[in-house]
Amino acid sequence: MPKYMNLTRVSGSQRPRLDFELDGARCGALEGDTVLTAAVMRDGYVRRSEFDQGMRAGFCWMGACQDCWVTIEGRGRQRACATVVEQGMRVKRS
Amino acid sequence: MTAAVAIIGAGPAGVRAAEVLVRAGVRPRVFDEGLAAGGRIYQRPPGAFKRSAKELYGLEAAKAERVHNIFAKLEKYLDYRPQTLVWDIAGKTLFTLTGGTAYGTETFEQIIIAPGAVDRVMPLPGWTLPGVTTLGGAQIALKTQGVAIGEKVALVGSGPLLWLLAHQYVQAGAPLAALVDTTSFAAKARASAAMMAGDAATTLKGVYYTATLRLKRIPIHEGAVPVAIRGEERPRELLIKDGKGRDVTIACDAVALGWGLKPETRLADIAGVPFDYDEVQQNWIPVREMSGKTAVQGVYLAGDGARIGGADMAELAGARAAWAVLGERGAFVDEDEVNRLERALKKEAAYRDVLDKLFPFPSEILAGLPEETVLCRCEGVSIAGLKRTCAADAVAMTPLEVNRAKAFTRVGMGRCQGRMCGHTASEILARELKCGVREAGRLRAQPPVKPVPLVPVTTEALT
Repeated sequence: MPKYMNLTRVSGSQRPRLDFELDGARCGALEGDTVLTAAVMRDGYVRRSEFDQGMRAGFCWMGACQDCWVTIEGRGRQRACATVVEQGMRVKRS
Repeated sequence: MTAAVAIIGAGPAGVRAAEVLVRAGVRPRVFDEGLAAGGRIYQRPPGAFKRSAKELYGLEAAKAERVHNIFAKLEKYLDYRPQTLVWDIAGKTLFTLTGGTAYGTETFEQIIIAPGAVDRVMPLPGWTLPGVTTLGGAQIALKTQGVAIGEKVALVGSGPLLWLLAHQYVQAGAPLAALVDTTSFAAKARASAAMMAGDAATTLKGVYYTATLRLKRIPIHEGAVPVAIRGEERPRELLIKDGKGRDVTIACDAVALGWGLKPETRLADIAGVPFDYDEVQQNWIPVREMSGKTAVQGVYLAGDGARIGGADMAELAGARAAWAVLGERGAFVDEDEVNRLERALKKEAAYRDVLDKLFPFPSEILAGLPEETVLCRCEGVSIAGLKRTCAADAVAMTPLEVNRAKAFTRVGMGRCQGRMCGHTASEILARELKCGVREAGRLRAQPPVKPVPLVPVTTEALT
């Protein structure tokens, strides 16, 4: 259980598995996971606040609060909640 | 390329607007930030999920399927642009960003702006911890990703979504630590007759959700005041004062909060639509006629982005706005259908009025928060930061209002552009200035309406 957000799968878990790269390390995901879901499922957070050094794990989950920014290779800065994981995708957190 | 009619948003309002236009032989261009039509209310999980509409939308499954099916039938008759943010409007030109990388410009003759709404939140000590989300966020996590925000979730706020979400978490087998409603049971009991008269079916759904939660013995606190979320790496407990003023500590590992919704109005603002402060909804809303027509030629508004009314009202308003567009274009207008829509809209509006008065934004709780509470979660500015700057620079900032306060404190200037904090900053400012929220001013929108990457752009690309 990650020590930050305790995101928990409750349904729809029978999906094919994918791998992507999160800060250079392999991260598993299920097909259809957003980068936010996959990152938070593994580590409990998706980025570090620039101002208080606290971890963040998304807030609105609908593309409005901008609290889940990550950098995706080839695409630049994106909202993790609005980006579906693709096999081999390379994601960097702040 | 010019599309005669543009629609922004593919939620219930956008889909119904598109339906009316397509039937009249117009091919609208529909811009949608989502991956697929449905909006946030009827948002679908990505393709790999195999879940029934019943599982996803519960009692609203039939409505969700209807909206999805309408759009599926329409799709070949319209120009659908999913994953596309419209980030600016200049005259009759839209500036777009697709997939977060591809910029474009489009022109239109008439536009129906229906971008929906976001949760109206209030800060609490501890609300920036991982594991704290909006009510809408907790719902989207469950609905589109099959995840619960924790294993012991406390829900805090007021309004229909609070109870619906609690019901959905329980149905999904996600344990709830508590439901904390800032509206009292007595207030709801007093409003029950008016609610039944206004919309019996919807009211009974609320009663059903409440009854199932009580049956499952979910701890429910009504007329309560949230005090703080405590924890180091995630919420450990939620402190409240219950309806009788007693201190209660709720052990939890996640918290979702929200007090109704606020309309997404930035594009309407940039298009030049005038605004008014709606005292009932406690939101700034763009001024429009019941038809959705605004003072700006060719600009129409529908759905929660115009004024909060919920999904059913959005369907009606979307269709109504499309008829208004057809009228402006000199096409045939089915007056009987327009009258039917307007009667239904009036009925929905009356019901909404009862709900809005029953579930007000808890300004007095906001006023009682400790000064060190983070107000702006983008940049970590506290309530004290806003108050102190305003007091210290009151002379320099004359006349002091929310846009000046934003410039001096950066509250509302962060990456969410005031979506999470703007309304609470206005409330706090109004109290400091001893004036109404209306007099404290309205946070003006600036393009881009959401942050977009800065890339070298040639002048040709903009023409």
